[in-house]
Amino acid sequence: MPPTDARAGDLVRIFRKAHPFVSSTPHALLHLAVALDGTGWHPASWREPVARPRDLFTAGYWADLVAEAERGLLDFVTFEDGLGLQSSHFLDPDERTDQVRGRLDAVLVAARIAPLTGRIGLVPTVVATHTEPFHISKAIATLDHVSTGRAGLRVQITARPNEAAHFGRRTVPPIESYDSPVVTELFAEAADHMEVVRRLWDSWEDDAEIRDAATGRFIDRNKLHYIDFQGRHFSVKGPSITPRPPQGQPIVTALAHQTVPYRLVARQADIGYVTPHDVDEARAIVAEIRAEQTAAGRADQPLHVFGELVVFLDDDPGTATARRDRLDTLAGQPYAGDARTFTGTPSQLADLLQELQQAGLTGFRLRPAVLGHDLPQITRRLVPELQRRAAFRRAYEADTLRGLLGLPRPANRYAA
Amino acid sequence: MPKPLKQIHLAAHFPGVNNTTVWSDPAAGSHIEFSSFAHFARTAERAEFDFLFLAEGLRLREQGGRIYDLDVVGRPDTFTVLAALAAVTEHLGLTGTINSTFNEPYEVARQFAGLDHLSGGRSAWNVVTSWDAFTGENFRRGGFLPQEERYSRAEEFLATVNELFDSWDGDEIVADQAAGVFLRDAKAGSFVHSGQHFDIHGRFNVPRSPQGRPVIFQAGDSDEGREFAASSADAIFSRYATRTEGQAFYADVKNRLARYGRRRDELLILPAATFVLADTDAEARELAKEVRRKQVSGATALKHLEWVWNRDLSAYDPDGPLPDIDPLPGEHTVARGRAQVRMYRDPFATAREWRELAAANNWSIRDLVIETGNRQNFIGSPQTIARTINDLVQEDAGDGFILVPHLTPGGLDDFADRVVPLLQEQGVFRTEYEGPTLRHHLGLTHPDRAHTARVAS
Repeated sequence: MPPTDARAGDLVRIFRKAHPFVSSTPHALLHLAVALDGTGWHPASWREPVARPRDLFTAGYWADLVAEAERGLLDFVTFEDGLGLQSSHFLDPDERTDQVRGRLDAVLVAARIAPLTGRIGLVPTVVATHTEPFHISKAIATLDHVSTGRAGLRVQITARPNEAAHFGRRTVPPIESYDSPVVTELFAEAADHMEVVRRLWDSWEDDAEIRDAATGRFIDRNKLHYIDFQGRHFSVKGPSITPRPPQGQPIVTALAHQTVPYRLVARQADIGYVTPHDVDEARAIVAEIRAEQTAAGRADQPLHVFGELVVFLDDDPGTATARRDRLDTLAGQPYAGDARTFTGTPSQLADLLQELQQAGLTGFRLRPAVLGHDLPQITRRLVPELQRRAAFRRAYEADTLRGLLGLPRPANRYAA
Repeated sequence: MPKPLKQIHLAAHFPGVNNTTVWSDPAAGSHIEFSSFAHFARTAERAEFDFLFLAEGLRLREQGGRIYDLDVVGRPDTFTVLAALAAVTEHLGLTGTINSTFNEPYEVARQFAGLDHLSGGRSAWNVVTSWDAFTGENFRRGGFLPQEERYSRAEEFLATVNELFDSWDGDEIVADQAAGVFLRDAKAGSFVHSGQHFDIHGRFNVPRSPQGRPVIFQAGDSDEGREFAASSADAIFSRYATRTEGQAFYADVKNRLARYGRRRDELLILPAATFVLADTDAEARELAKEVRRKQVSGATALKHLEWVWNRDLSAYDPDGPLPDIDPLPGEHTVARGRAQVRMYRDPFATAREWRELAAANNWSIRDLVIETGNRQNFIGSPQTIARTINDLVQEDAGDGFILVPHLTPGGLDDFADRVVPLLQEQGVFRTEYEGPTLRHHLGLTHPDRAHTARVAS
């Protein structure tokens, strides 16, 4: 149980205890995020005239995308990342030359965009497997400082042997699939990683900086805390070198496809992204995550479950289908990913989102098939449609990401 | 024929966590809010400075077993704040101090290449090393490095990172939409490195950045550090800003370059320098005294004395005489996470010398620390400071200076408005940026595409 603190957020917390988070009312607003990756999620997206593939490594490209997302009042954007080149294979690298390869560090891209935007959340991907939790914690805390409270992260693991070889500190045994014990262990390590990241965010109390000229003390060191984390994979002393971020705890998110990652979501996340292919599956996944949440002792804490959809959007359903077929032809095979693909009109998508919302999803992270086309379709067509249905905000109602997500600012676990 | 005038390089060090920074001044602002960094960076850019410089320390300092609370504590993540600053500046170089002990080459290479792309070629890396288990407690790596290996790891780290930068030539991305060819080369980014500290291979995932490689800074002062700079760095962040010391250091390091087949202008010497600026020299001298008293409170003076005495001196009166007990011999244990302590190589001699100085001048502990501590390097009117800086550069005490103001974020404002125009009038400082990248500002060449042969594996 978090200790009580005298903040405005308390009222929200009390309200949420009385009205458990799972029971969203039929007319609750849904949350919308967009996943930014290269020129879009279809592997041939870079060949579309709107795609700007030559600009992928410039700040201007990313600034334009995020400005478009902010124009559509979206809750946040995520930035994909990885510790190796993209690959069309499940675990191994490829040597393809016909798809986008190469990417910029997601935290840096988010930081570069932060001063150019004012309300939208910025959620870069971080990889827990080969990185230092101390560095990740202060990087995201700093992203929260430079964006004045709009930061989050999407944590992921990597089981790719070639990425392990980029670090040379350990080998990852080859696996057949994501239910391997190796993967379970990588997720356990990621959970510890997030625990350290979160403790470090709390390792400074909000009012630790006192600037007391009388005693000459800049800080009250009783309000800085060693985190003394000892785990199976690493130990970290603390405190952070970076003061507590504006949101207290930036938003932690994770994509999850099955029980092991659902457990990570239930234990450590504020948002889990899931990939149901229909309403029944959505309901089952939400139930499983809620059960894991209870088992983890977090039943009283807000946890969003967002659905993931790859979207091809056009005003006419036939146009969307034709565009998808054209891209599939260029790619040489039909597009198939982990998430359901939606091809149709913004209005049809609004129907689907509302249907899935009834199954317990509180929002969606949409993956535009072609960013240059499908992102404006989301912001200029889907959003107005949802607004007409009173299902999406008409203006930004908060200036922090936690505020947009209806999450209170948490008390500090170390505060007396 | 007289020697042509050297052009001066100027940089701005964001006020850090030493007692140089006066946080108690009413004008002192936040050390963590982005608005402070943005103000500081914009001032530096308005003055056409070469770059902004950020220091780093990866564990909060402790003294007597507790977190040190008398100076500024807390700072942002270096890469993240520099990336954000790239959005509010157009020309200013962005130099970050990043430790080669508590990071891995693949990640650091990605971050600097990324910062270089996102800033249009303005990134620089001040390579520092450490070995202490104290800092290591914050990392999964731990404090694993024997002291004598820190430079060998740093050298191999930098060499490896350069191999990663050079694994892309810069012309691989063709992005031919009609032909469906994104990459010209199916093996772009391939690398293999096998050495004492790093054994890694695969493909680097950031295409070549505008500068090819970020500008490399080195800050260590040991013989090994100087050698490292002569072999591998583009610039040195030195601590010798006086004429005599500066000239000696300058000559020493520049003379080492030939051994590595490098010209004397391929390595810039940029000493860190503090300053106090006022309308007249007399006013500046008064102000400088005031600033020094603010920098050294009674409590601070006792803590500084403990760096030499290596024992708890909290019972002493800072306004009273120096302790008559001797320093505690052996390994220094009182202050942790503080490099300055190592400067006192013979604490007994220092203690003796300080007692004599204090007795002769009737100085208290606090007076002694103020008087023996670093004076501001440049004290005076704008004319005096401009002349001093120009003389030092023309006399080869440095190629310019990294200025360390004592106030955040406005400590650079007067310098920008009153000193820089004088240097410009004398024709020794740029009146506008001449190129887009930091290498342009510093007069450094852009490294050719991939000198190192692509390793075919």
